[in-house]
Amino acid sequence: MSNRRDTLKGWGFAAPALLWTTAFFVVPFVVMAAMSLATLDGRTLIWGLHADNYLELAEKRYLWRAVLVSLEITATVTVLSVVLAYPLAWIIAFRVPARWQRLALLLAILPFWTSYVVRSYAWLLVLAREGVVNQTLMTLGIIAEPVTLANTRIATVTGFVHFFVMLLTLTIYANLVQLSPNYRRAAMDLGANAFQTFRHVILPLTLPGIATGAFLTFVLCIGDYITPQILGGNTELTVPQVIMVQLGRRADFPLASALAIVLMGLVTLAYLGAARWLRIDRL
Amino acid sequence: MRALPWLYLAAGFLFIYLPVGVLVLFSFQEGTLPVPPFEGPSLRWYAGVLSDDDLTAALLNSVLVALGQGAVAVTLGFLAAYGLARHVVPGTVFLRALLIAPLTVSYLIVGLGLLIVVQRAGLGLSLWTAGIGHVVINLPICFAIIYASMGAQQQTAERAARDLGAGEIDVIRLVTVPMLAPAILAAYFLSVTLSWDEFIIAFLLTRFDVTLPVEIWSMLRSGLSPRLNAIGSVVFLVSVTAVVAAELLIFRRRR
Repeated sequence: MSNRRDTLKGWGFAAPALLWTTAFFVVPFVVMAAMSLATLDGRTLIWGLHADNYLELAEKRYLWRAVLVSLEITATVTVLSVVLAYPLAWIIAFRVPARWQRLALLLAILPFWTSYVVRSYAWLLVLAREGVVNQTLMTLGIIAEPVTLANTRIATVTGFVHFFVMLLTLTIYANLVQLSPNYRRAAMDLGANAFQTFRHVILPLTLPGIATGAFLTFVLCIGDYITPQILGGNTELTVPQVIMVQLGRRADFPLASALAIVLMGLVTLAYLGAARWLRIDRL
Repeated sequence: MRALPWLYLAAGFLFIYLPVGVLVLFSFQEGTLPVPPFEGPSLRWYAGVLSDDDLTAALLNSVLVALGQGAVAVTLGFLAAYGLARHVVPGTVFLRALLIAPLTVSYLIVGLGLLIVVQRAGLGLSLWTAGIGHVVINLPICFAIIYASMGAQQQTAERAARDLGAGEIDVIRLVTVPMLAPAILAAYFLSVTLSWDEFIIAFLLTRFDVTLPVEIWSMLRSGLSPRLNAIGSVVFLVSVTAVVAAELLIFRRRR
């Protein structure tokens, strides 16, 4: 087969997927970017190179505040999830007997497959004023009055952490079991105690896996609308929530597009920050 | 000290299963509020779910969209993976990056871009537009999974088949696809599950006929109710059955 024909065939096979991605992803994305530079005159859309939306974003408090809120929540969630998931993955990988490991892992991530909307709703039940948490704490005598948990940032963070602990347990576990046990044995033989082995051997070796998981958490968390919308109440809004407000009530597509571009910018910054340790190709 | 890991494990599982447990438990609530004290068990809310036409319609829509978009995504993903892995195409690195690109962007942004284009083009929103959006997000996953499992071992078998006189279509049909069956099934299963659960794209791109997550969302606005618990438990049961079935059927066999 000649090289030209071979190349042509390759293109032929890849063409449907490439066309699909171009038509329904690249083109919409470019249109959205152009839209972010358009402006509204009353209800008429004026295309062009206007910086209005981005200036508005810098000026209006409720807009830039959303960026801060999103960053704060996402940072909290990412750190908490990694810190909570690592020991869980560790225990499943090194303490649970080999033949129960797969089951333990499956169980640890099963609720991951609960519907997204349903999972947030379930947390609303748990954290409600008359909910299980408040009732338990009152029965135990820890608190006298129910605490407001639902419709606060605490609820949003809890809902997020729940989801990402499962995701990270999976990725960190995969990382831990890939390590040759010889590393641990060698460190122990050289006189390191359990903590030193962890600190100087295991942790550095699993850092790329952690970075990948943390990056994934960051991306999914900062772009999510459902969790803060259901659990967070209306006292503070995240960027996706503000985007949805622009789309719904105000039909301000240019401003919504500008916010989406800002969201992408934040993800890109996070990527550059984590790039040193990331092994995206290994995903 | 010895017990510490097990305590942590138990606490972890408690945290992970707390919302699901509460959800399922209070779906059997006799009263009208899904909070303690538990009264019951009662099946009245499940009976309500089955007789709700909007809900069953949304469930059917979700199944149709999930299965349909999965078939498109896995077919396009497979063809692209085959084309790029088995033929010499200049710029493969760039093409691969292009195909993977939607993975790096929030679903919200994918949905927003499509919404703008659909509206500008004066087209209507329907289950079709939601399906198109779901293919956009699942195609990269299908492509990546299948591309990653196209090894040298299959290539040898393909070459042997070709030497024995099989045409390219026959090679794909009789050698490549059967050998890659686990990866193809896994990709299909994953994209069906992701679509079944997806909210924001379906919310932005549907109008009158909606998918299940969107329907549940609109019911949620009327507040806490054991009815929602019952629906949520059913959805959870479906997903868990699918996951466990996949674990047993696809992944067990590979060991």
